[in-house]
Amino acid sequence: MRTLKFLLQKEFRQIFRDPAIVRMILMMPVIQLILLPLAANYEVKNIKLAIVDHDHSSYTQQMINKITASGYFQLTGVSNSYNEEMKLVEKDEADIILEIPAQFERTIVKENEAPLFMAVNAINGTRANLGSAYLQNIIRNYNQDIRTEWIQMPRFNDQPRIDITYSDWYNPHMNYQLFMVPGILAVLLTMVGAFMTSLNIVKEKEVGTIEQINVTPIRKHHFILGKLIPFWILGLVVLTLGFGVARIVYGIIPLGSFVTIYAFAMVYLLALLGLGLLVSTYANTQQQAMLISFFLMMIFILLGGLYTSIDSMPEWAKWITKFNPIAYFIEVIRMVVIKGSTLKDISKQLLIMFGFAIVLNGWAIFNYKKRM
Amino acid sequence: MKQFFIFVKKEFFHIWRDRRTLLILFGMPIMQVMIFGFALTNEVKNSKIGILDLSKDEATAKLSERISASQYFDLVENLKSSSDIDASFRKGDTKMVIIFPEHFRESLLHSNSVQVQLIADASDPNTATTLINYASAIINDYQDELMGETKLPYTITTQTRMLYNPQQKGAYNFVPGVMAMILMLVCTMMTSIAIVKEKETGTMEVLLVSPLKPIMVILAKAVPYLLLSIVNIISILLLSVYVLDVPIAGSLALLMFTSILFIITSLSLGLLISSFTASQQTAMLISLMGLFMPTLLFSGFMFPIENMPIPMQVISNLVPAKWYYYIVKSVMIKGLGIEAIWREVLILTGMTVFLLTVSIKKYNVRLA
Amino acid sequence: MTDEKVITAKALTKKFADFIAVNAISFEVSKGEIFGFLGANGAGKTTAMRMLCGLSLPTSGEATVAGFDVYKESEKIKKNIGYMSQKFSLYEDLTVKENMRFYGGIYGLTEKRIKEKSQQVLADLHMEAEQNKLVKSLPLGWKQKLAFSVAIFHEPAIVFLDEPTGGVDPVTRREFWEMIYQAAQNGTTVFVTTHYMDEAEYCNRVSIMVDGRIEALDTPTNLKKQFNTASMDEVFLQLARKAVRQAD
Repeated sequence: MRTLKFLLQKEFRQIFRDPAIVRMILMMPVIQLILLPLAANYEVKNIKLAIVDHDHSSYTQQMINKITASGYFQLTGVSNSYNEEMKLVEKDEADIILEIPAQFERTIVKENEAPLFMAVNAINGTRANLGSAYLQNIIRNYNQDIRTEWIQMPRFNDQPRIDITYSDWYNPHMNYQLFMVPGILAVLLTMVGAFMTSLNIVKEKEVGTIEQINVTPIRKHHFILGKLIPFWILGLVVLTLGFGVARIVYGIIPLGSFVTIYAFAMVYLLALLGLGLLVSTYANTQQQAMLISFFLMMIFILLGGLYTSIDSMPEWAKWITKFNPIAYFIEVIRMVVIKGSTLKDISKQLLIMFGFAIVLNGWAIFNYKKRM
Repeated sequence: MKQFFIFVKKEFFHIWRDRRTLLILFGMPIMQVMIFGFALTNEVKNSKIGILDLSKDEATAKLSERISASQYFDLVENLKSSSDIDASFRKGDTKMVIIFPEHFRESLLHSNSVQVQLIADASDPNTATTLINYASAIINDYQDELMGETKLPYTITTQTRMLYNPQQKGAYNFVPGVMAMILMLVCTMMTSIAIVKEKETGTMEVLLVSPLKPIMVILAKAVPYLLLSIVNIISILLLSVYVLDVPIAGSLALLMFTSILFIITSLSLGLLISSFTASQQTAMLISLMGLFMPTLLFSGFMFPIENMPIPMQVISNLVPAKWYYYIVKSVMIKGLGIEAIWREVLILTGMTVFLLTVSIKKYNVRLA
Repeated sequence: MTDEKVITAKALTKKFADFIAVNAISFEVSKGEIFGFLGANGAGKTTAMRMLCGLSLPTSGEATVAGFDVYKESEKIKKNIGYMSQKFSLYEDLTVKENMRFYGGIYGLTEKRIKEKSQQVLADLHMEAEQNKLVKSLPLGWKQKLAFSVAIFHEPAIVFLDEPTGGVDPVTRREFWEMIYQAAQNGTTVFVTTHYMDEAEYCNRVSIMVDGRIEALDTPTNLKKQFNTASMDEVFLQLARKAVRQAD
């Protein structure tokens, strides 16, 4: 235990000796947490709509008014030519073209059925799907309006009807930041934790001081604990700063308890630092450590469910995410912050994370050899 | 010229010797294309849902079956009472709960009207909206079937055509983005690190006293990365055409030409960074924080630029990757020609000329 | 110097794949002795020393250090030795005092002892004024002397020095060797590798390694007599000419 005290003293002195590093560890996540959620807004709004109107009737006018009044759409072009509007799509100045055929009003009155054509730029799938769904909803509503106009009475009420009502729980205002801020915080914490530990140990290798440590009677696990504890504490400080930013800048206060979040974060950091340690046992130079960490982080973060839902992934990718600690952390932090999940609700994830911590640290300690 | 090639050869040896780094440089684009192409999709499918069926009759059984049979939903839980809903959401997996009220079939047949309630976990607003849309569509279909052949009068039908990407694959959006990201990373980061490494170890001095002009020494360091990047582009394109089924709709020549232009832009940026940094770690940090993050943020492939606050939208114009991403999307996916992208090509050329001039000036000042 | 043997090696061997770095070397070092380990670059000196320090596992042969077996009791050995490597071994971003405190602490010295000893070392090195300076700001010669003082800070039975005076000016080297004598007089056994032949003359006994083997082992005086030369330089050159292995 006394050895550990001296090791910790040394590590903390070295970390705080370089104010640039401390500033980077603490400031970068804060700045990124302020900027990234502003950018990561996947709300589908301001859909750019171009209308090709061959009819020019009062009906089409009413319909266009209804569409623009909805607030989802931004009219970027109205003309008689499909090709002209297609140019807007090519320039990314229109997302959807709505084509109204000639004689639209007449057809609907005379023949009871009239078609409309929609062409959607589908390069971005989410935008295409939601955009066309919104537009169809508005048209369906408008269709109802026409019907009630023509049909005075509940002649059709003898038809069975299912009314659909829906409610959005936990995030009724559909605030995208509520979803992204906890996720981004999880990723930032991960980057700080994984990069810092691996670089720190590899630096001792590169400079040669590790050799000196290896001829001392320091026990392997003492040395490793001496490296882990400072970054573990720093990680918790970064997390706390992050929640401060979430509250001040975005007004996000976790629905669940901080005890749950911190309990999970403590175990998560342990697993993460173990990963950093493991990387350091395989790398000989800081550049290598940096590249390996970067490579791993990239895969873990992309497959972590921050941007795209894990449910929609193919089976093999779902299997990979089972071994991805970041995926668990993003999931848990969102559950607790947004839905107020309790320690009992996340017990499965917590247990798995304990497993990660033990395996990764065990592997790293096994791999760290005091002699060749 | 002969001396120049000797330098280029030496550079190749450096890269070739460090196998671990080389593996990452070639492996990274392949991994990224695979992950983006296969694992990441913006579509919503297999979402886990729960059903709270309070009437348990023929009609609800049929509807439940329909819903769970669709590719969008995966029925994982039959709830017992409305008090279970919150617990089910809080445990994590369930994304939506469908509630059928009591006496569903009777109400439907006798009073001709019944309510279905959809409750979505709106933590992720887009998924919630999409799920509700999908579920509504299935329920509406069922209702139409009940009505049989009798058609409603005055109906507007809509026909939708998905342009460019009829199957709505995520790859169409991601491939151009991955190309921009990889080129930025390989060219800018690796070049700046390679040059700064020579400064750090002091070998730069030795090179500079050689009879070759200093600027040639620097350029010789950039050439291998230029070739490496071209190899990377080709492998990404091959993967996307043959593995991901994303065809190159426009001219391949134009695509290669613009890619090489962007590679040169990135290399110039790498030169600039190396001209004012002294240690590998600083170069690495500047490349990561100052380039990789902005590229990811502002190129428009992961984060929608149109939703950003205005100042950020303005800043995004300074990021070369944004223009390259637009060019690749236009040429590769939309199949457009030079007439659609000449403006973006000019912007990139301007940026390149500017970056090159500044970094060459900086080097000359330093060496003078 | 007594007859008590603190280091013994019998047919100690280290192979890296097909390459035999150290080839069945045998020797003994007595307590309080200054034992010089000479050889050209690549002769196997550092590898041999790393095995004795517990940094590298021998392929075959036997060895004990301070009475402990190098195979099974390397952690016990580590408590009884000090080590100073070719690479600089202090933390550059810690101060002089912090380095002493750290190394003292991990060898289990008490707070009181660390304080006393630090004061004494600082006084011996005339570095009281620099005690709160970062190590990286010191000139190389001072750093080396400080590194040696830190290596024997916990008063080990044996100290291993791997080319401790590389790149240091002659005056500092002289001072450095005075420190080594002082340590030996206090009963510490000194095991030192070097390729400076004038330094070999300061040792009690010298072994000369060529291609992984010990080709000669005796006092400098006896060696000069045996090879019939006036200086250790000549002894070394005669032996080194036999080498087939390329220096690295």
